[in-house]
Parts: sequence; structure tokens; C-alpha cells
Amino acid sequence: MTMPFYAPPEQMMKDKADYAQKGIARGRSLVAFRYVGGIAIVAENTSSTLRKVSEIYDRIAFAGVGRYNEFDQLRIAGVRHADLKGFAFSREDVDARSLANAYAQSLGHVFTNEFKPMEVEILVAEIGLEDDGRGDQLFHILYDGTVVDEDDWVVLGGETEEISERFEEALPDAPRSLADGVRAAVAALAGPDRTLAAEGLEAAVLDRGNDRRAFRRLNDDEVAAILTG
Amino acid sequence: MSLPRFGPHDDPGPDFAALLRLTGAGPESGPLGATAQHPQAPPEIPHGTTCVAVRYDSGVVLAGDRRATAGHLISNHRIEKVFPADRHSGVAIAGAAGPSTEMVRLFQLQLEHYEKVEGTQISLEGKANQLGQMVRANLPAAMQGMVVVPIFAGFDTASSRGRLFEYDVTGGRYEERDHAATGSGSLHADTVVKLGFRPSMTRAAAVDLVLDALYVASDADSATGGPDPVRDVFPVVAVIDADGYVRLDDAELRRRTERLLRRHRSRREGDGSAS
Repeated sequence: MTMPFYAPPEQMMKDKADYAQKGIARGRSLVAFRYVGGIAIVAENTSSTLRKVSEIYDRIAFAGVGRYNEFDQLRIAGVRHADLKGFAFSREDVDARSLANAYAQSLGHVFTNEFKPMEVEILVAEIGLEDDGRGDQLFHILYDGTVVDEDDWVVLGGETEEISERFEEALPDAPRSLADGVRAAVAALAGPDRTLAAEGLEAAVLDRGNDRRAFRRLNDDEVAAILTG
Repeated sequence: MSLPRFGPHDDPGPDFAALLRLTGAGPESGPLGATAQHPQAPPEIPHGTTCVAVRYDSGVVLAGDRRATAGHLISNHRIEKVFPADRHSGVAIAGAAGPSTEMVRLFQLQLEHYEKVEGTQISLEGKANQLGQMVRANLPAAMQGMVVVPIFAGFDTASSRGRLFEYDVTGGRYEERDHAATGSGSLHADTVVKLGFRPSMTRAAAVDLVLDALYVASDADSATGGPDPVRDVFPVVAVIDADGYVRLDDAELRRRTERLLRRHRSRREGDGSAS
């Protein structure tokens, strides 16, 4: 009888984590932040059809970095989770926290039990009902199911440390306008050696001013106007 | 609630009704397609009745009265039968109140779910077909007396015009050019609309016409409720144009209804004959 090679669990987990991190670092990053009117998400994305940022429910948005097919699968699962819950109970019973937990469970399960971890990091953002933004929530979920509850802003993807540093420096203090935030985000994503044009960006907001469905994409013209303004 | 995940072979795609069936979260019968278990319908369940729709120069007007009846009793004075389906379309439903509202809820979700999953909207034609399938799936319940017969109206952003669709209990879908009506008072309402309809009507004229049609229907059909200025109950009227679905507010409806009643009164007083 042949014996399988022994690998200590620490080593296995580390290998999986390295693998996932490498996959995530290959993709472009994204930045999410709170502003006066809601929450904005700005991603570097050259495709105008394969989205990184999307709508999940009335006040909930999703964003993913890493392998497109994997986070898109998670996005659809999230839409299903939310719509099923809203149908079974009521629209107001759908919340980001429970969705973030469901994602964490799913990602954690894949990480420990399946051969290949998912090479993704995702964000679940929700705007609260109060006008002052007290109910706003940003959940950052990692490839292994770790959930981080972010306070004001978050960076997902590769080179997060550099981008975070630049973003923190450029981002004005809290109550900030959408335009100021977007400019800071784009500058942080681009770094000192590049400039990013509207065509290379994907931006969307959860806008407190919208009726029921708060999610709205900013088109290239709007982004360009903000960047030049 | 765990995250619903599917393999490539059993993925329901953007179909919310299929998702409900697969996850077992849907009700046992009704617009979801399962057959009803009971040999006979409960004898007297609330029914909603008359709805009309009229096309005007830049969109469609959709309206429904506010009465629900159970047998010979009025079970509700303020029921609503006209709903937004999504931003550019609406649905008005006549028939058993419970299954009707459930079908509307499912239809609304079906459109929104598709839009979110696929990232694009269904075409207006596709939405009309979706609703037809739901009506068809309700046929077993309809055979037991729980009939649901909707009108679907929307602004077709592809061709920039309002469009109307009528249905029958089997899910048959018929596009109407100018106007449509459903429910027990539809015969009377449709006659009024037919006589008053002019091509390229203004929004205001179309709204007045549907109010008149519902008023006349309520005069002849006991299951259709007339306007009630005492309790401030007016038909639900929605207009759908390039800017989307808008429900008219009660102030406007009160004004228009009062004018309509004055017109009817002066017509009576004018020729002195009873009507």
C-alpha cells in the first residue's frame, strides 16, 4: 500500500493562501469610500462590459477583484440570496451583514475543503436609512472567508498597501463630496507614474437620493467631468 | 440562509421563478406552475375587477377601480390593482385578489432579478411573454375559480412608443393597438374607451377617458367601485412614458373626478332626460 505524501496543515493553508493572494494581486484594484450622499466604488477596469461593481439589492452593492468568473459567480449568488430573502420576508429584511456572513461561509468552505481556493476579494456595501450615513456599512471579505467591517473606506486587490497609503493621504476628511472622493481614489489607483482616464475606470454609487434602488453607475462622461473639474 | 450555489448543469440563470422552484422557497401552487391540490376553490374569495389601459401620444395610461368583492359582499374599498412592473412598464390585474397580487410580486421580482443577474433589461416583448407564462402557469388554479387576467402596458424604449398587451386565462397574449380592458366591468369600460378614443390623445385626455370609463363601468357592474369623494377613494391611475412609470396623486384625481361628475350632471340637467 502506498502512503500519500504528508503535508502539515499549516503548510497546506499557507500554500493555498499564497496561491489565492497571487491570483488576486494579478488583477487591478478598486477603492470604495463613503461620501455625503452615500457610498462610491471606483475600480480600475478597462472593460466596459465585464463589470467589477454591481447592484445586489435596493441599498446593497457588490464589488469584486481577482478572477472574474469566480467573483461574478459570487455576485449572482448574492443577488439570488437577496431576492429570495426579500421574497420570503420583506424588502427591508434584506441586509448586508447577513449577506456578508453568507459569503464568508461560502468562501471559508471553499478555502478549507476544496482543492483550489477562490482567487477573489469582495466587498458588500450598504447605505443606511438615515440621511447622516450612520447606517452605512462596508464589509470586506477575503478569499478564506475572513470578514472585515470597514469604517470609512477600503481598498481591495493587489498593491493594497501602496494604494491605501496614497488614498489615505489624498482623501479629504469625512463629510466629503463625491467628486473629491473620486479624484482621490483615481489618483491613488493610478499612483505617481500613471494617469487613469475615465475609459479605464468603472465607477458606481449607492445614492441616498435615489428612490428605492439606490445603485447607479457613473458613465464615462460623468467620471471625466469629475476628473477634469 | 446559505448562499444559493448551483453547478453549471442546474443553474437557473436569470429566472427567478425557476430559482424559487429549485430552492423550494416558492408556494405550492399558483403562478409558479405547480398544480393546485384542492378539488374546489374556497367559495367566496375576494376578487378585484375592472382595469383599463389607453395609449396616448407619448405613452400609456393604466387604471383600475378600487373595489374587491367576495360573492355579493364588498370586501375592500381601497384595493389596488395597478402596479409598476419596473421603471418603464406596469401591470393591472383583474381576478382573484390573492393570486393576483402574488403574481404581480413575482413578476416584478422576475424583471428586477433578470436585470440584476444579466446586467441588461428584458425587452418589452420579453416582459409581456414572461407575464403570459405566469398566467398560463396559473391555469389549474383558474379552473377552480381563481382566475387572474392582467393587462400589461409599457413604454418600449426601443421603438419609443407605448404598447399594450391583453391576456386570457390560458396565458394567450394579444397585443392591442390602442386600448385594452379586463375584469367584470370591462365590457362597459371598453365601450366608453372605444367611443372616446382619438389617435394621438394628450395625456390629460387619456386620463379623463379612463376615469370616465371606470365611472360608467361602476354604474353598470356591481363588482366595480365608483369614485368615492367622501372617503377620498379614487381609481389608481398610472401613466408610463419615456420618463417611466408615474402614479397620479390623489389631488389630481380628485380634481379630474369632480370635473367628470360635473360634466355628467350638466349633461343630465341640459337635456332633462333620465339616463
